[in-house]
Amino acid sequence: MSATGAGGQPDVIVIGGGIHGCSSALHCAMRGMRVLVLEKDYPGRHASGVNAGGVRQLARDFAEVPLSVLSMALWHRIAELVDDDCGFTSDGQVLVAETEEELTGFRERVRKLNDLGFTHEELIDVTELRRLVPAVSDSCPGGIVSRQDGAAVPFRATQAIRRKAETLGARVLEGVRVETLARRDGVWTVATSAGAFQAPVVVNAAGAWAGRIAAMAGEPVPLKVIAPMLMITERRPHFIEPVVILRGRKLSFKQFANGTVLIGGGHEGRPNPDTNETILDWAKLAESAQTVWEVFPVMRGASIMRAWAGIEASMPDHIPVIGPSARNDGLYHQFGFSAHGFQLGPGTGAVMAELIATGATNTPIDAFRIGRFQHDPPQSAAAP
Amino acid sequence: MAEASSITTPAELDAAYDLAIVGAGPAGMAAAKEAAGHGLSVLVLDENAGPGGQIYRAITRSPAPGLAALGADYWKGAPLAADFLAAPVHYAAGTTVWSLAIAAEGSGHEIGVSIAGAARMVAAREVILATGALERPFPVPGWTLPGVMTAGGAQTMLKASGLVPDGRVVLAGSGPLLYLLAAQFVAAGANISALLDTTPSANWGRALPHLPAFLASPYLRKGLALLWKTRRSLRVMRGVSAISAEGDGKLASVRFSKGGAAETLPCDLLLLHQGVVPNINLSNAAGCAQDWDETQLCFTPRLDAWFESSVPGVAIAGDGAGIAGAESAALRGTLAAIGAAFRLGHLDAVERDSRAAPVRAELARMGRGRAFLDHFYQPAKPLRIPPQDDTIVCRCEEVTAGMIRAAVAHGVTGPNQMKSFLRCGMGPCQGRQCGLTVTEMIAEARGLPPTEIGALRLRPPVKPITLSELASLPKTEAATRAVVR
Ligand SMILES: Cc1cc2nc3c(=O)[nH]c(=O)nc-3n(C[C@H](O)[C@H](O)[C@H](O)COP(=O)(O)OP(=O)(O)OC[C@H]3O[C@@H](n4cnc5c(N)ncnc54)[C@H](O)[C@@H]3O)c2cc1C
Repeated sequence: MSATGAGGQPDVIVIGGGIHGCSSALHCAMRGMRVLVLEKDYPGRHASGVNAGGVRQLARDFAEVPLSVLSMALWHRIAELVDDDCGFTSDGQVLVAETEEELTGFRERVRKLNDLGFTHEELIDVTELRRLVPAVSDSCPGGIVSRQDGAAVPFRATQAIRRKAETLGARVLEGVRVETLARRDGVWTVATSAGAFQAPVVVNAAGAWAGRIAAMAGEPVPLKVIAPMLMITERRPHFIEPVVILRGRKLSFKQFANGTVLIGGGHEGRPNPDTNETILDWAKLAESAQTVWEVFPVMRGASIMRAWAGIEASMPDHIPVIGPSARNDGLYHQFGFSAHGFQLGPGTGAVMAELIATGATNTPIDAFRIGRFQHDPPQSAAAP
Repeated sequence: MAEASSITTPAELDAAYDLAIVGAGPAGMAAAKEAAGHGLSVLVLDENAGPGGQIYRAITRSPAPGLAALGADYWKGAPLAADFLAAPVHYAAGTTVWSLAIAAEGSGHEIGVSIAGAARMVAAREVILATGALERPFPVPGWTLPGVMTAGGAQTMLKASGLVPDGRVVLAGSGPLLYLLAAQFVAAGANISALLDTTPSANWGRALPHLPAFLASPYLRKGLALLWKTRRSLRVMRGVSAISAEGDGKLASVRFSKGGAAETLPCDLLLLHQGVVPNINLSNAAGCAQDWDETQLCFTPRLDAWFESSVPGVAIAGDGAGIAGAESAALRGTLAAIGAAFRLGHLDAVERDSRAAPVRAELARMGRGRAFLDHFYQPAKPLRIPPQDDTIVCRCEEVTAGMIRAAVAHGVTGPNQMKSFLRCGMGPCQGRQCGLTVTEMIAEARGLPPTEIGALRLRPPVKPITLSELASLPKTEAATRAVVR
């Protein structure tokens, strides 16, 4: 017995209604598959709805660059893809060097990227930096710009992708928690708080909780649950176009069209994935405030209106797990985005659907295989 | 005799206290005195310049001439404030509390405060939130026009600076406080053209079963005296509905309907008020569970007999625990402090209960008649849930009732999704002015009780702090070194 309801048994069950689960649902539906998304809260409740909205290829791990470039192409056509512009704007992102030494490292990075055939990152000198970011402190000698980068509105984007998937026939169930997974005769039975569902294919896009899903399938991973924090100011006179990030000290900085300024950069609070609560670490937010105080003197009088944290999955090597399970047929993983997976949402969903439909993809994702964490003898979730 | 020491800079704060009390109104003052009596180290934090809270605002300062107008009930605050200032506590006036959370290490709580332009985190084993009440939102067409304000806001100006409103003033709304405010403005010399009473006549029927208790209650004598006095000196129009403020860029008149006919009154200042609701900003941000109160039509924190919330060690006293008025607030503050002293081991259960018994008895006596008031003064639905689509609900982000209804039709199921979707509740007021309206609107549109819709989750800082203040917060050692670099 299963509670598949109207529409019969789906081809794919996606666990998790974040941007990744919704995007995979959308791309699978675009390929004609019947998709069911199971979400324990509501789509966009977690990392995908509360993140900084940064859409950047800039400063990524080299392993992520091809996927990020693919995803960027989709962001630039997002309105065509999901019938909503998702608040996406492309004013570029700038990585600011705070010292000459840092700038030397940046020069090396851009050269390496160019050697690999990627040209989206450009080294800039102090003049171009000042032109792009007039408010930056005089002591910064240059940086890197990625002009195609930008930002989008996270909750809106996640909802738009979800809605487009639904338009194409996907079903999204809110408030339904996946409790166990078992596979028999080529079919997964997914037991949930609202009954059991069955499908030949399951996608684990459960964000910070994806480690639990992987463990249910006998495939534990060293996933760490983190709570990156953000804060936002009152509306300020417009003074900056691109998103600005630093590397030496943790900072990302973005002014929205309404004038509010979002300050982030990866300082972490304390997550409680069982209650969905997060507790902020004000001493670390004070460090961000101090950094802004130094790098953007014009911000000194700004008022902080709100601070919050989102619950996110981080892997030891800070790159995600994407691809088929190493131990079970019909199971695919898509998690561990380590605080930079929003931009990867559209592209990763496309790759997932391609993998599920064709068994292969041209996008290099080998670095993301789950097997990189598996050293003990294989187990599988096959029912005895 | 011991005396409260006033804290004026962060450096004067101890690193940790047994008990921190937020708010120096009747509940906070009474709690502080009680707790100090049991030997607790106590810190009282309040954003006003002096003790008294909203009701006894500026009670210890030499009265401006207009203040005689405030009436005998106001001056009841004086002995309470004097007792408080004589208690051996630390008292930080002019201090903003912007965050409360469970401490990272050990037990207890961590409170983010701002004093004299600098931020600090203070540790406390127990916390009593005595943050009082807020005026209920009054979302009618034109309520954002200059010249329209809340009656409570005008009262604050009267108490704090002796400012009497100029020009023709119209008061509109319902609730016991409306008449008190009217009486205070009249006595202070304001020119009140009319008081438009929007109490729905149908409320009589609902309140009637609670009438006997009310007739025997202390509310009655006070209330009647006030009504009588106000009615005599003021043009009161009852059965008023469909209020809107009109004017081009600034208030010129108020339009309303009375007995089915539309009327217009020219005025320079329109003061709106339809009761108060618990100020749960800090308790909500700290994760204290809360429930919808079907009678008071607002969220109230879930509390035990000692006013302790679902977060251990955080108690909520005064009107923040559910509206009950100043005298009950002080009693609740006392009980909450007794509970905290017990949890900290300063009292055993027998001492606690015997100490609390007379306070509970008095609290029960004070509470008689409350149900009548709550039913009688329930604000009319169209003044809580705006029927016109173009009425603004969220003032900060200019979100209208129509936009909220459209979002519900689009599949938005709760206030937090609504906030992500339309930004209502994301502005500087953090939803203080629209939170209840949004919950009630979603509930109505979805045909569900507000309990199931839930409340906006508030994010700290619950009061804005400047970047410079935050940057002044002591950081980890590693960070300090990185900065010196
Ligand atoms: C504060 C913050 C700022 C960030 N800033 C950026 C940025 O600027 N740019 C960028 O690219 N990235 C950013 N990120 C990272 C990005 O938000 C995440 O990498 C991305 O959203 C992850 O998406 P997801 O779909 O994997 O996870 P989620 O959005 O967390 O979705 C997973 C979903 O699975 C559901 N789920 C879990 N377990 C179950 C179960 N058992 N049954 C049913 N459902 C379940 C959860 O409820 C959740 O909704 C940021 C993250 C945070 C927290």
